[in-house]
Amino acid sequence: MGLVEILVLATACGALALTVWLPQRAVRAVAGLWLAAALFVGMRAWLGPWPAAGLGATLAAAGALRLPERLLRRIAFALPSLVLLTFVTTLLMYLAPGNPFANERAAPPEVEQALRAQYGVPESATAFFAIYVQRLALEGTLGPAIKVQGRAVEDLLLPALPVSLSLGLLALLLAVAIGVVLGVRAGLRPGSAEDLSNMGLALLGISLPNFVIGALLIIVFALQLGWLPVAGWGGYPHLAMPVLTLALPYAAIIARLARGGTIEVMQQDFIRTARAKGLPERVVVMKHALRGAILPVVSFLGPAAAGIMTGSFVVETLFGIPGMGQWFVKGAINRDYSVVLGTALVYFSLITLFNLLVDLTLAWIDPRVRDEL
Amino acid sequence: MRAAGPASAGPWRQAWERLRHSNSAALGACLLAAIVAACALLPPALGLDPMITDPAARNLPPSVDYPFGRDALGRDVMARVLAGGRTSLLIGLAATASSVLIGVLVGALAGFYGGRVDEVLMRFVDFLYGVPYMFLVILVMLLFSDTARGDPLPVFLALGLVQWLTMARIVRGQVLALRGAEYVTAARALGASDSAILAHHVLPNTLGPIIVYATLTVPTVIILESFLSFLGLGVSLSWGELVAEGVAVINPLRSTWWLLFWPAGFLATTLLALNFLGDGLRDALDPRGPTPNGP
Repeated sequence: MGLVEILVLATACGALALTVWLPQRAVRAVAGLWLAAALFVGMRAWLGPWPAAGLGATLAAAGALRLPERLLRRIAFALPSLVLLTFVTTLLMYLAPGNPFANERAAPPEVEQALRAQYGVPESATAFFAIYVQRLALEGTLGPAIKVQGRAVEDLLLPALPVSLSLGLLALLLAVAIGVVLGVRAGLRPGSAEDLSNMGLALLGISLPNFVIGALLIIVFALQLGWLPVAGWGGYPHLAMPVLTLALPYAAIIARLARGGTIEVMQQDFIRTARAKGLPERVVVMKHALRGAILPVVSFLGPAAAGIMTGSFVVETLFGIPGMGQWFVKGAINRDYSVVLGTALVYFSLITLFNLLVDLTLAWIDPRVRDEL
Repeated sequence: MRAAGPASAGPWRQAWERLRHSNSAALGACLLAAIVAACALLPPALGLDPMITDPAARNLPPSVDYPFGRDALGRDVMARVLAGGRTSLLIGLAATASSVLIGVLVGALAGFYGGRVDEVLMRFVDFLYGVPYMFLVILVMLLFSDTARGDPLPVFLALGLVQWLTMARIVRGQVLALRGAEYVTAARALGASDSAILAHHVLPNTLGPIIVYATLTVPTVIILESFLSFLGLGVSLSWGELVAEGVAVINPLRSTWWLLFWPAGFLATTLLALNFLGDGLRDALDPRGPTPNGP
């Protein structure tokens, strides 16, 4: 790591920290600029450069003027941190021994130079990052994949993205459904047999690595019973085991959180009031308690989404699913810089977007947070 | 409800009483002790060597001589599982230690100084929370790819680097609450320095949550290491790698169940025991928490 990299890193971290102290107007301006840039890059591939620029600028301006300050502050922090994260990823890739052109057969230096020029992979990480960002902003491409001849990274990732997204979202939904039902039911009667059994299951769920759960599912449902395909990607039967494998550990964590939330909320005064009004227990729980009980679950959704995404590295490998995780792992092992950076960028953007959504949801559910917005 | 010790007993004593009466924590502690003892004592006692191959005894099912069976190269699975346990437990401990160190430092600084220091540090923590940590772990692992495979140091460094976030939050919350306590004001009035107040008055009182969360971090780290091993990036000869080997040979024709069963069983039992113990500790050390035998 050279002086340039350290300087860039320090400046970026400083700039990020500064967003905490930005006055309100500055926050609106900075967030607007970042929004415009992000919208432009995001829409460029679909709309072409000029419409994307126009639409992006309009949307960003509207957002900067209308959105609540707290949200804009988050945007002003989240988007530059996305860039910083991408830069750190580049640095780490470059620091790792080996490079994408190091083959078993040593190529003459001229050949390596030519290849580096052709793929836009100079020897310095900062130069590579500059080329990468420039290419992304001006040409709207994630660059050529180095190890997959003649394909651009977006051509590799576009078919993989829906696969990983559907896998991840289904797993998240399933985890929340299982977790909230088990956790709330346990929390309503702490110490009961149902509480003990549900929490026992949850403890088992957080104590088994997901590939062990997956292997057990394969042995039982695919090999012994023959109900489901062992691996691969196709129709709904292919989805069942991977989604379950991915969801169960998170269902277990969510169940524990929901139980804690339920126990705490059931001791609140407003629950006593609701009961004193003579409301049936069902209404007390569904209308008044559930909202408080799932607050810890909603705040956990951000980390859960990040965890499920990375958990899918393992699940995709186990079930042979052609998703994004496979490209990341393959790219990292092959030192295919553009593929790694492309997958990282897509993942980080998704997570950032998702975290913003979680924030909004939290504000919608919890009046205490809403007032802060 | 059982009495939680005499009212005059100190908080640590009360916690110990509560912990002693918690069935699940006792079970967890016993299981853990048994596994640690087995991994530490059995290999030298029985002269087990995880590396000796025997072409004549490939994939031998469990027998009296080799209760765990033999693997595809004829190596003794029991020797391998116990040796793998050593690696996994050591990684768990080392990574947890480094995560405790970072987490306590960041959390204490943020909570004690408050204001802008707090805001910047916690914003950074929030930001890292959103990062899929496996990404960072895999990338950090790549840095050591020349030396890795067998070298546990990079693995626990990488894991410790991503696991300190919750610890930082917990410690910050505790320190924030203690910062305004009368005895801290008193210490300050007596002229104690910031570092002395932190080290002697504030941090000792946050020890309970730190211990609890550290206990719960160990299983998380062991699971993460097993993910890495499964992807072919972990330490050699850990439970994760053994389970991954067992998973790789699953096929419909010939079952070699012992290759999966033993390492997965040991791994799951250890994690279960640690989680039992952690939950028990939490109940015991949280003064507001429920008493051991129900709410």
